[in-house]
Amino acid sequence: MVLVLALGDLHIPHRAPDLPAKFKSMLVPGKIQHIICTGNLCIKEVHDYLKTLCPDLHIARGEYDEDSRYPETKTITIGQFKVGLCHGHQVIPWGDLDSLAMLQRQLDVDILVTGHTHQFTAYKHEGGVVINPGSATGAHSSITYDVNPSFILMDIDGLRVVVYVYELIDGEVKVDKIDFKKTTATTAN
Amino acid sequence: MMAGVAEDEEKWLAAGIAGLQQNAFYMHRAMDSNNLRDALKYSAQMLSELRTSKLSPHKYYELYMRAFDELRKVEIFFKEETQRGCSVVDLYELVQHAGNILPRLYLLCTVGSVYIKSKEAPAKDILKDLVEMCRGIQHPLRGLFLRSYLSQVSRDKLPDIGSEYEGDADTIMDAVEFVLQNFTEMNKLWVRMQHQGPAREKERREKERSELRDLVGKNLHVLSQIEGVDLDLYKETVLPRVLEQVVNCKDDIAQHYLMDCIIQVFPDEYHLQTLEILLDVFPQLQPSVDIKTVLSQLMERLSNYAALSAEALPEFLQVEAFSKLNNAIGKVIEAQADMPVFGAVTLYSSLLKFSLHVHPDRLDYADQVLGSCVKQLSGRGKIEDSKATKQIVALLSAPLEKYNNVVTALKLSNYPRVLEYLDNETNKVMASVVIQSVMKNNTRITTAEKVEALFELIKGLIKDLDGTAHDEVDEEDFKEEQNSVARLIQMLHNDDPEEMFKIISAVRKHILSGGSKRLPFTVPPLVFSSLKLVRQLQGQEENPFGDEAATTPKKIFQLLNQIIEALANIPVPDLALRLYLQCAEAANDCDLEPVAYEFFTQAYILYEEEISDSKAQITAIHLIIGTLQRMHVFGVENRDTLTHKATGYSAKLLKKPDQCRAVYACSHLFWVDDQDNMKDGERVLLCLKRALRIANAAQQMSNVTRGTTGSVTLFVEILNKYLYFFEKGNPQITVAAIQSLIEVITCEMQSDTSAADPTADAFFASTLRYIQFQKQKGGAAGEKYGPIKV
Repeated sequence: MVLVLALGDLHIPHRAPDLPAKFKSMLVPGKIQHIICTGNLCIKEVHDYLKTLCPDLHIARGEYDEDSRYPETKTITIGQFKVGLCHGHQVIPWGDLDSLAMLQRQLDVDILVTGHTHQFTAYKHEGGVVINPGSATGAHSSITYDVNPSFILMDIDGLRVVVYVYELIDGEVKVDKIDFKKTTATTAN
Repeated sequence: MMAGVAEDEEKWLAAGIAGLQQNAFYMHRAMDSNNLRDALKYSAQMLSELRTSKLSPHKYYELYMRAFDELRKVEIFFKEETQRGCSVVDLYELVQHAGNILPRLYLLCTVGSVYIKSKEAPAKDILKDLVEMCRGIQHPLRGLFLRSYLSQVSRDKLPDIGSEYEGDADTIMDAVEFVLQNFTEMNKLWVRMQHQGPAREKERREKERSELRDLVGKNLHVLSQIEGVDLDLYKETVLPRVLEQVVNCKDDIAQHYLMDCIIQVFPDEYHLQTLEILLDVFPQLQPSVDIKTVLSQLMERLSNYAALSAEALPEFLQVEAFSKLNNAIGKVIEAQADMPVFGAVTLYSSLLKFSLHVHPDRLDYADQVLGSCVKQLSGRGKIEDSKATKQIVALLSAPLEKYNNVVTALKLSNYPRVLEYLDNETNKVMASVVIQSVMKNNTRITTAEKVEALFELIKGLIKDLDGTAHDEVDEEDFKEEQNSVARLIQMLHNDDPEEMFKIISAVRKHILSGGSKRLPFTVPPLVFSSLKLVRQLQGQEENPFGDEAATTPKKIFQLLNQIIEALANIPVPDLALRLYLQCAEAANDCDLEPVAYEFFTQAYILYEEEISDSKAQITAIHLIIGTLQRMHVFGVENRDTLTHKATGYSAKLLKKPDQCRAVYACSHLFWVDDQDNMKDGERVLLCLKRALRIANAAQQMSNVTRGTTGSVTLFVEILNKYLYFFEKGNPQITVAAIQSLIEVITCEMQSDTSAADPTADAFFASTLRYIQFQKQKGGAAGEKYGPIKV
C-alpha cells in the first residue's frame, strides 16, 4: 500500500497567504510516500514545506512558478501504475477532457494528474483516470468560480487505487472516495 | 602575588581554627566540671580569634561559623548555670570582665539571649543595651559579623505581637526599633568598607562587599517576618526609616542592593500602598545606580500581583499606580542625566508591560507610555546602540503579543512615532514582527484607514528608506521579506465593494512607491485582490442614473491597467503578460469588449517587444491561445485580428516542433464547443494542414542534419487532433484524411531511415487502441468510427 499526495495551484503568495490551517494539520510528515504537485507553488518556501512532508516530491511547472527547472511534463511509476504529471496550461482548451485524454495517450500513463483549472475532477477514461486535484489553497481562478480548497490522496494497492478527495467547504473538510481498478488489458509495456 | 595572598590566607585561617579549637577544648573541659571562671576565660580566648583582620570576608565567615557553633554550647551552659543558682544578672555583669571588647560583646549577646528568655528584665531594655554596646566595634568586617550574631540570637526573642516577650513595657515598636537600629549600624559599617584600603583594590573590595550584602539584607528580612509590622507600621515607620538610611548612605552598591531587597522581601500589597514613598526615592539615588533593573523588577512584581488576584485591580486604580510609575520614570530619567538611551527605553518597556497586564482595557495608557518614550528619544536621532534597539523592538512587540491583533496596535498614535527612531534594519525587523502577528492571528484588516496605518508601520519593507544601499541586502532575505508583504496583502479585505476599492487604492499608492525591485512581488497579489473584487461586482446591473462615484468593474480595470503597466515598464514582461491575460478574461466575463481588447493588445505588445527567450515564448503563446480560446466577448473583427496575430506568432517560433504544436493548438480558436457561431471547420482544417506541413519540414530538416527522419511524434499528435475534431462533428475532417494520416505514420515507422522512438511507438499504439475502443463502443461513436480501418 502506497500513499500518494496530489496537489497543486497553491499560488502562494500571489493569490493566497498560505495553505488552510485545517489542511496543514492533516498533512504530517512520515505518512506519505510520494507527492505529485501540478505546479504554481509559486515560491521556494512552499517547495521547502512540501519537501518536509515527504522528500519524494515531483513537480510539473506552472506558468507562475519562480523555479524554472521544473519540467513541463513528468512520468513516475508507482507500483503497478504509471502516473503522468503536467500543469495543464499547455493543453488547449484548458481543462478539456478529450484534450487531456490525448496527453494521457501521449505520455502512455494509467493516471494523468493535471491542474490549472482549480476545479477538482476525476474521470475514468478509456481504462485510465484523469485527475485534477484542484487548488490546495482555493486560489482565485479565471476559469473556475467559487473555488474550494482541495487536494487528493491516492491509496495505491496492487492493481487498485482509491482516490480520496479532501475539500474544504465552509470551514469543514469533506472527504469523497473514488475507486479505480486497473484491468491488465490496458497495462502499458 | 595573588596566589601568595591566597596561600597566606589559608595559613591564617588554619591557625585561627587551631587556636579556636584548642581554647574550645579547654572551655568544654571547664564547662564539664562546672567551672564558670575557666569557661569564661577560655571562651573569651577562643573568641579572640575573631579579632583577626587578615582574612577576607569569605574566610572570616568560615571562622565565624565555627565560633558560632561553640557559642551555642556556651549559651546552653549559661542557661544551666542559671538553673544551678547563678543569677542571670550576675552572669550579664560577669562576662563584661573579659579583657577584649570583641569576645566580651559576643559573650554579652549570648548571655543577653538567656537573660531575655528568663524574663527577669524587659526584653526591650536588654535588646537596647546590646545594640548600643555593639557600637564598640567599628571595624566593618568584625562589626558586621558581631551584629549579625546579635540579629541571629535575638530574632526569636523580639517583643512581636503575639510573642511571649510582648508585654506592657515591651511593644512591637521596641522590636522594630531594635531591628532598624541594628540595620542602620550594619549598613554604615558595610558602606564604610568601601572607603578603606588603597584605591587600586577597589574592584576586590567591591567583590568582598557584595559577599557581605546578605548580612545587611537579613535585617530587612527579619523586619518583614515580624507579625506586628502591618501596613500602617510599615508605611509610617519601617519604610521611611529604611529609605532614609538608603538615601543618606550615598553608596551606589548599597542603594542598588537595598532597593532591590526592599522590593523582594516585603509584600506587593505594601508596595502598592506605599508606591509614592518608594518611587520618590529613586530620583534621589546616586547617578551610577542601575535604577532601570530595580524599577523594572518592581513593575514586574506588581503586574504579577495584579494577575494573581482580581481583587487587587481596584487598589491599582485607587492609588493611581500607572500614573505614579509614569511620573517616577520621567523624574528618574531627568535626575540621571547620564542614563543611556538603553536605560530609558528599558524603563518604558517595563512600564508598557505593566500597563498591558494590569490595564489591558486602557489602550490610552499604552499610548501614553509610547508618547513618553518618544519624548525621551526626540533629539537623539536614530538609535545606534544595539541593546537599546533590542529594547525598542521588545517595547513595540509587547502590544502585538498582548492583544494578538495588530488592529489594536494601529490605534496607538505614538506607535509609528517610536519607529522613527529605529535604524532601517531594525525597522524591517519590526515590520516583519507586525506582519507575522497578522498572519499568525489571521487578522483581517478591513478599512482603508487601517491599511494606511498598517503600511506606516511596515514602511521599512515597502520602500527604500533614506540611505539604504541596495547591494547590502541579501537576495534571499529580500525575497522572503517581499513575499511576506505579498501574503499580507491577502489579509486586507472587506466584503463591502466601496471599502474594498478604497483599500486597493491605498495599497496601490504604497506599493507603487516601492521601486522596480519590489513590484514583481507586490503587484500580483494586488492584481488578484482586484480581480476578486471584479468577480464580486460582475453581473450587478450598472445603474446609469446611479452614484457616479460607485465602484464599477470599469474603474477597477483602469487601476489594474496602471499597476500592471508599472510592472511592464521595469520590464518584467513574462509576469505582466500573464496578468494582462488574467485581466482580459475578467473583462470578458464582465462583457467589456474594449477593455478586454486593450488588455490583449498590451499582452501582444509585450510578446512582440520584450519576450525574446524561445522557451518563454512557447509558454506565453500557449497562454495567449488558451485565454483567447475562452473569450466570447469579441465581435468578428476584433476576434479575427487577435486570432490572426496568435497564429502568426505560433508559426514564428524558433523550433519546428514548437511551431507545429502551437499551430495545431490554434485550431481550437476556430472551434468552440459550446458556441455555435464559432465552429469554422474549414479554418480548423487549415490549421491542422499547416501543422502537418511544419511536421514534414521538421522531418526533412532532421533528415538533412542527422541522416534520420526523426520522430513521428508530431504526426501522431496531429492525428489525435484530427480525431478530436472528427468526434466533435467537424465536417471538414473526413475518414479518408484520418486513414491516410494513419498510413503515413505506419509507413514512416517502418522506414529504414526512421530513428527508433519507443515513446512515439507507444503513443501511436495507444492512439490506435483508442480508435479500436471507440469502434467497439457502439452507438453514435461506434458508428462514426466504423469506417476507419486500423
